[in-house]
Amino acid sequence: MNSVRKYFKIIEKVRALPAWATWMMWATLGMLVLTLVQELSDTSQLTDVVSSQGMIRWSVPIMLAGLGGLFAERVGVINIGLEGIMILGTWFGAWGAVNYGPWAGMLIGILGGAVGGLIHAIATVSFGVDHIISGVAINLTAPGLTRYLSSHIFVNYDGGSISQSPRVGKVGDFTFPFLAGGNIGSWQTPDLLGWTADQNWFLISETTALLRGAGSMSIASIIAFALVPISVWILWRTRLGLRLRICGEHPLSGESQGINIYRYKYYGVLASGMLAGFGGAFIVTPELSGVYLEGQTQGRGFIGLGALIFGNWKPGGVMTGSLLFGYPFGLSLRDLDGVASRALMLVGVFALVGVTVWTLKKGRRTDAALAGVLSIAAAVWYSTSQTVPKWWISILPYVIVLLVLVFFSQKLRMPQANGSPYRKGGHSN
Amino acid sequence: MLTASAPLGAVGLAVAFSSLVLIISGSNPIEAYRDMLGHAGKLEVQVDILNRVTPLYLSGIAASIGFRVNLFNIGVEGQYILAFLVAAHVGSLLTLPPVLHVTLILLVAMTVGAALSGLAGVLKVIRGVHEVISTIMLNAIAISGLVAWLVVEWQADGGTRRTGGRVGTEPIADSGLLPDLNGFLEMFTRDLGQGRQLESMLLIAVAVGVIYHFLVNRTVFGFDLRAAGVNPTAAHVGGVPPKRTIVTAMLISGGVAGLVGMPELMSTGYFPSNPVLNLGFTGIAVALLGRNHTVGMFFGALIFAFLDKSSSILQITSSATREIVVIMQGLIVLAVVVAYQVVAQIRKRQEAAMAMLNQLT
Repeated sequence: MNSVRKYFKIIEKVRALPAWATWMMWATLGMLVLTLVQELSDTSQLTDVVSSQGMIRWSVPIMLAGLGGLFAERVGVINIGLEGIMILGTWFGAWGAVNYGPWAGMLIGILGGAVGGLIHAIATVSFGVDHIISGVAINLTAPGLTRYLSSHIFVNYDGGSISQSPRVGKVGDFTFPFLAGGNIGSWQTPDLLGWTADQNWFLISETTALLRGAGSMSIASIIAFALVPISVWILWRTRLGLRLRICGEHPLSGESQGINIYRYKYYGVLASGMLAGFGGAFIVTPELSGVYLEGQTQGRGFIGLGALIFGNWKPGGVMTGSLLFGYPFGLSLRDLDGVASRALMLVGVFALVGVTVWTLKKGRRTDAALAGVLSIAAAVWYSTSQTVPKWWISILPYVIVLLVLVFFSQKLRMPQANGSPYRKGGHSN
Repeated sequence: MLTASAPLGAVGLAVAFSSLVLIISGSNPIEAYRDMLGHAGKLEVQVDILNRVTPLYLSGIAASIGFRVNLFNIGVEGQYILAFLVAAHVGSLLTLPPVLHVTLILLVAMTVGAALSGLAGVLKVIRGVHEVISTIMLNAIAISGLVAWLVVEWQADGGTRRTGGRVGTEPIADSGLLPDLNGFLEMFTRDLGQGRQLESMLLIAVAVGVIYHFLVNRTVFGFDLRAAGVNPTAAHVGGVPPKRTIVTAMLISGGVAGLVGMPELMSTGYFPSNPVLNLGFTGIAVALLGRNHTVGMFFGALIFAFLDKSSSILQITSSATREIVVIMQGLIVLAVVVAYQVVAQIRKRQEAAMAMLNQLT
């Protein structure tokens, strides 16, 4: 009895911790599980620097799409056109990069995305068209438009065709000094994270190895990650952000304060298009492919929406979700024998067991039973298989989002007026 | 009058805008349209168009059943591809008397489609998960997951690769196929050339359209469906069980979605390694264009099928690039929803003006 009371006291103390401390605790717990699984599975790929770099490269476009979704849904407009807008971003990004260099490619990709966002904004905000329909129309049109453009432009380039652009240049890397051994002037600083990662200290080396992956990356990735705190600052610390958010929470009360809701909705959806366009432009950089290819977005716009839901409509959450979704992709690319991906399944088993315990504690018996069955199924699959099929990696993000929606839907809170039509003066049409 | 002018205006607007695109890119739009219309004048191409109408119409009906209850079944795409594959596999496993075999295959397809969309319905009812989100996720799980896996598991010849590439599933025995309608068609026209077949799923699709019309407009269930779509709260108070209506609508929608791949299966007998994609998403456009009306959707499907099939001539005459029709299709969707919205606003304003007049007099 005493021990139970003690346990609850600990829980209460944990609850009282500030958010960053809880985050650190969860991160440490996650690292612990990952390290233990790695020890058990006889692989070193789960937490090494290359896997971490792969995770970051794969996460960036997902994260940018997710942030794009965030800005749209924070102003109350659902944007399932993100996928199509990303396609515009890939095409215009490649076109710009081939003609005017990689940085211009980024910019032109962003502008291409902005055009997609503008179309969505005109349809949904000005005309009051249903958000889903407009998004579907954009997703249907974008691949045809880019193919049409390719047939007139890329086919005339050396190495280009109707479904492909010539190779695209690189924007350049940056290595952080001291943390990852970057240069200051001509002096090479010590590579602290890399050194710690080589020490074989339980948990610490694994953690630093994962962090070391972020120590050296493309400047475009750095900009993308910087957009996370910038989004937080804009949305929650500025007047502009407050006005943007009122559009998504309660537009009529914003209107009563004299805010032009239409204008801020336009800002949000345009930002959404630009971010998704940036994500598309990033896909064509040599970080991921180095070339525009038809169909290369591979549903990343939808995965970005998943990251948005996973992240509970918050920038930090979007980043976490994107890293989580990008991780298995980055891992599977180098994990040729499938051992590391299989080990990842064991992590999934642990997570599901965790969900089972949590739901049991909350007294949600049916959910606990469901989670229990799922964890047993995952455990059986893990123990009877030698490798993990490739298709499993590519659907993992979607499965995770569905499970989060099933088990944690009451913890999620989307903007209140998200998706509902708004007309000035409260007219319904 | 106003309602009919909206889709026509939308198509006209889309054509005008596409012409602009063509002119900017140095093609002659009139020449391109003349080539397409001329191509569609050929009997063989008309059969192609009708064969494309069938899946598009079914897909449109699937989407529109959801629309009636304000549900978005974005998942038609995943539902029909998975149903196509599973039905092809199950159908190839056994041989039955002709009618039974076909019925079984169709039932399997409908069950798979209904199961996938029913899952989204159940998630909405018990967890409040928006069906758009769940169907997007289920689409990916079905197409990149289940289909990608099973198509390899179930490929013909036990997985030995004939030409290095992937092959389709084992072919279904003749008893599981539907005969073509060529004999019937040729009574009125000349003989079909180039190995064309008019697929008889067209008749089943028309039957589904008729059933849909009666179900929605002439039955209690259809009334409940529409009531729940127009005003869920009022419908609930009036005795329409909202949860059951949602799940049933999703089940029916998915069941019809399962049929979308059947025209191809019923004529070729196997699931190819590269099935036609995007029929599910285009179905949403068809439902919008046809305003969820049985006849309207048929014309919507006809327009999209015409654009799809008559554009192949552009590659030969090179008067324009073929992809212009995809742009046109997208523009039609955008233009038609905007047009409907504008019409609704005009009507509302007229009604308000009338009410004002009545009050004054």
